[in-house]
Amino acid sequence: MSGVLVDIGFWVLGVLAVASAVVVFVVDSMARATYALALSFVAVGLALLLLQQNYVGVVTVLMMVMEMAVMAVYMVMYMGMNPALMPMSMVHDKRAALAVSVAAFVVLGAGALLVPWPVRRGVPSPDVTAALGESLMGKQMLVMVVVSPVMVATIVGGIVLASGRTRYDRFGDDLDVRTPRDPERGGVGR
Amino acid sequence: MSDASSLTTVGLPGLLLWAAALLALAVGAVVLDGVLAARSEGAPLRPSLTRVVDETARLLRQRRRAPLSADTLVWRVGSSGLVVAALLMVAVVPFGDHVVSDLDVGIVWFNTMDVLVWALVWLLGWGANSAHSLVGGYRFLALALAYELPLMFALVAPGVGAASLRLGDVAAAQSGLWFVVWMPVAFAVYCLGVVAFSVWGPFAVPAGHDLAGGVFAELSGVDRLLAQAGRYALLAAGALFAVPLFLGGGAGPVLPGWLWVPVKAGVLLALFVLARRALPSVRPERLMEVGWVVLLPAVLVQDLVVAVVVAVRG
Repeated sequence: MSGVLVDIGFWVLGVLAVASAVVVFVVDSMARATYALALSFVAVGLALLLLQQNYVGVVTVLMMVMEMAVMAVYMVMYMGMNPALMPMSMVHDKRAALAVSVAAFVVLGAGALLVPWPVRRGVPSPDVTAALGESLMGKQMLVMVVVSPVMVATIVGGIVLASGRTRYDRFGDDLDVRTPRDPERGGVGR
Repeated sequence: MSDASSLTTVGLPGLLLWAAALLALAVGAVVLDGVLAARSEGAPLRPSLTRVVDETARLLRQRRRAPLSADTLVWRVGSSGLVVAALLMVAVVPFGDHVVSDLDVGIVWFNTMDVLVWALVWLLGWGANSAHSLVGGYRFLALALAYELPLMFALVAPGVGAASLRLGDVAAAQSGLWFVVWMPVAFAVYCLGVVAFSVWGPFAVPAGHDLAGGVFAELSGVDRLLAQAGRYALLAAGALFAVPLFLGGGAGPVLPGWLWVPVKAGVLLALFVLARRALPSVRPERLMEVGWVVLLPAVLVQDLVVAVVVAVRG
């Protein structure tokens, strides 16, 4: 891609990302807010394609759309008495929130503009995705390998602690009930 | 990474040809479905042959209507987006030596487009401001949570087998043996995923008769036309994508490669259409356990087998 096209792509996607992020707080509908946020993330994912990070960019779009689809369900579900199905404001504590978000935007934006970016030495590697993975994970592989089972254990432990029903509720005090007593029947005849 | 594939990129103008192939397959699916319906009812076959034209003309002439306080923007994004997602899927499918975009992450691209369908179908359900549509949208997400992870891991198998996410490489890696032969579980789960994200056959409950049409309940005019076309287009796109993924790409005797791709896709698509009448509907809450307790481990074992074979072969 030529330099001009990349520049145009960057500005279009950048403006789209910021504008749709602002829209999240302007609209009065849960669905519109959620998917405005999704659009913002999609623009960020597509901007990653400009860095030739095709895998990272496309996966970002995939994960974010999936996440927003699920989040819309949770947001409606947890909104209590379901005003979420009706038009509602997307902001709470407007002044403080506005001050904090403007300050955060200015600090991060100023950081990106003012930091002395290094000048490129040499040429990028032919597979930039592999190079990125190597530099992010290479030295920390042992830490990552240790952290991932700990994270899984935390998730499983959290669900076990939070769950109101245990295996004794499902299979009886002696765990001898063949078909578990579940509020919803499963699909494999258990 | 295997050798760079030697495909010719035709770019955006060529997308019209790809769209034509997708349209032809989708129309074929509508006609076949109509013929099967007429035969099972003992009705004359002739009207079902022109059903596409008749229905298109009827819906184009029909006035659009919307329920009170429908979220029209969101609703129309949902109804018109399905066709776009299907077209973007097939843009990375090589027809013989030609492809619209020779994307190096083609498999992930397909996966992203099928996740986009989650958003589109739910928005279709939400936008109508109708309880039936909304329930349909939720049903689709319930099915999607069950089929998506097995589908993702089914897509992993051809990628590992070919050591590439580029569709051209995946097709080329099957010159000896088609992936469908030694990755049958992944292929079966892939087909199930395609039928499910097309809201078709056993997975059509989000648009079920018990919900007065569910996500399609309030659609009229050109919106209904686009949404229905999107459903068939997604089914056709899934069949087309299976060709480079599992069915050896354009490989085959006599016919040229670019013709083998739609021929193979047409056969698979016909099987999808037949499945609609052969299989019962799946209750959304029941699929979760099937998906995660049966399909997910099965397809993970498939991935392991493929990885071991690739590692041993070197």
